[in-house]
Amino acid sequence: MIPRSIFSVLNRAKPTFLLVGVLALTACANPDPAVTRGEPYDPYEAENRRMHKFNKGLDRALVRPAGKGYSNAIPDDIEKIIGNFAANLAMPAAIVNNILQGNGKGATEDTYRFVVNTTLGLGGFFDAASDLNMPEKTDTDFGETLYTWGVNEGPYLELPLLGPATTRDTVGKTVDLLTNPLSYLVPSPERFYGTAAAVSSSLSNRGQYADTIDSILYESADSYAASQSIYLQNRRFNLGNGSSEDYLDPYDTGFTDPYEDSDVE
Amino acid sequence: MLNNISRRTVLAQGIAATAATLVPVNVFALTDTGATNLVDKIVKDINRVIASGKPLSSMIREFEKIFRQYADVNIIARSTLGADSRRATKAQLKAYTNAFRGYVARKYGKRFKEFEGGKIEVKSVRKVKSWHEVKSTVRLKGSSPFEVRFLVSDRSGKDLFFDMVIEGISLRLSERTEIGSMLDKRKGDINALIADLKKAG
Repeated sequence: MIPRSIFSVLNRAKPTFLLVGVLALTACANPDPAVTRGEPYDPYEAENRRMHKFNKGLDRALVRPAGKGYSNAIPDDIEKIIGNFAANLAMPAAIVNNILQGNGKGATEDTYRFVVNTTLGLGGFFDAASDLNMPEKTDTDFGETLYTWGVNEGPYLELPLLGPATTRDTVGKTVDLLTNPLSYLVPSPERFYGTAAAVSSSLSNRGQYADTIDSILYESADSYAASQSIYLQNRRFNLGNGSSEDYLDPYDTGFTDPYEDSDVE
Repeated sequence: MLNNISRRTVLAQGIAATAATLVPVNVFALTDTGATNLVDKIVKDINRVIASGKPLSSMIREFEKIFRQYADVNIIARSTLGADSRRATKAQLKAYTNAFRGYVARKYGKRFKEFEGGKIEVKSVRKVKSWHEVKSTVRLKGSSPFEVRFLVSDRSGKDLFFDMVIEGISLRLSERTEIGSMLDKRKGDINALIADLKKAG
């Protein structure tokens, strides 16, 4: 039920929309307004907040109990194996994106990892590559490819089911879904093992990080603002665009300084 | 189209640029070793508390002690209040700082049990602007290792950390969002915020 709803939502995004989206994004000149401003760039806040309310309701009613139930019902070792399997199936798409980013090193390392885990790791059930201390996986996606191509982050969006995103990452996620090599190379029923594993793996994460996610969604004064801030900080960090060099020195804005430190980003 | 930079941004950038040129390059007493030593001490204390297996309430007390001893709570608290720290009185700032320390200790201290059996390792240190960034790796049971950076400064007169950044998520900036939301909910009433903060977390 959950995978179907994810797909029904994402399938509606037609490639034409994507093209228009990418063009609209690339048309924006540097510097990225979303990053240079102190405040998050959120012109669709009203719609986003409605979506946030929907997602939160869905989490409370379905995802949270399912995640906790999943995590409790399934032994940790099995959860880990399913997580490994899902991660390994995501590798071909990451390799393609590494190539698109001109990251030959990343593409090579991810390829080795995929080969090792698919063979020694018995089809990806075991993370043999990590046990062998191979380089960490790049975990890249088309959103990152767009970032390396100089596409701006664009307005903040909260997506149904998937939660916080930027416009750039929304385009990226959709392209990743439509271009995943496995969906073209692997025949029909087996193709959905990956989807099932990915959904299980997200449920597992929801269960495993229950306290963290609960504290953001249900214990913060404004869960929308909290999840937005956390998402943007973490995403920018993963794109190599959020180091502490971007913080203003909080000591430079002492008690006598009349201006706040607008240090983010 | 999207480039209508606000007056405030321009102001902030101008000030940042001026500050960068005007602030004399302090004779920084803080060295890489000093910063690393501080984080080593923090890590040792945190590991000790986790290993103690004490009940939650005393772990929270221990965490508050660590926070009080090694963090520049003044600067963190004021920073989370953001622009509103300008209109706060001295007494309000003091009361806020105390309430904030307890709030952080409760909020993050109660998560200590997740670190059980975990390990924090200091990896590297480098100088960034006026502070030192100490990078560490946290390994918890059953999850991939993640990165925590401690930002250490001696500008308070002592070597203290003023931010903890977990996978790019800054405690200080996240709490600023949270405190901002709390303040909005109370229509900007700082005294109400202080009163509620004493119970929150």
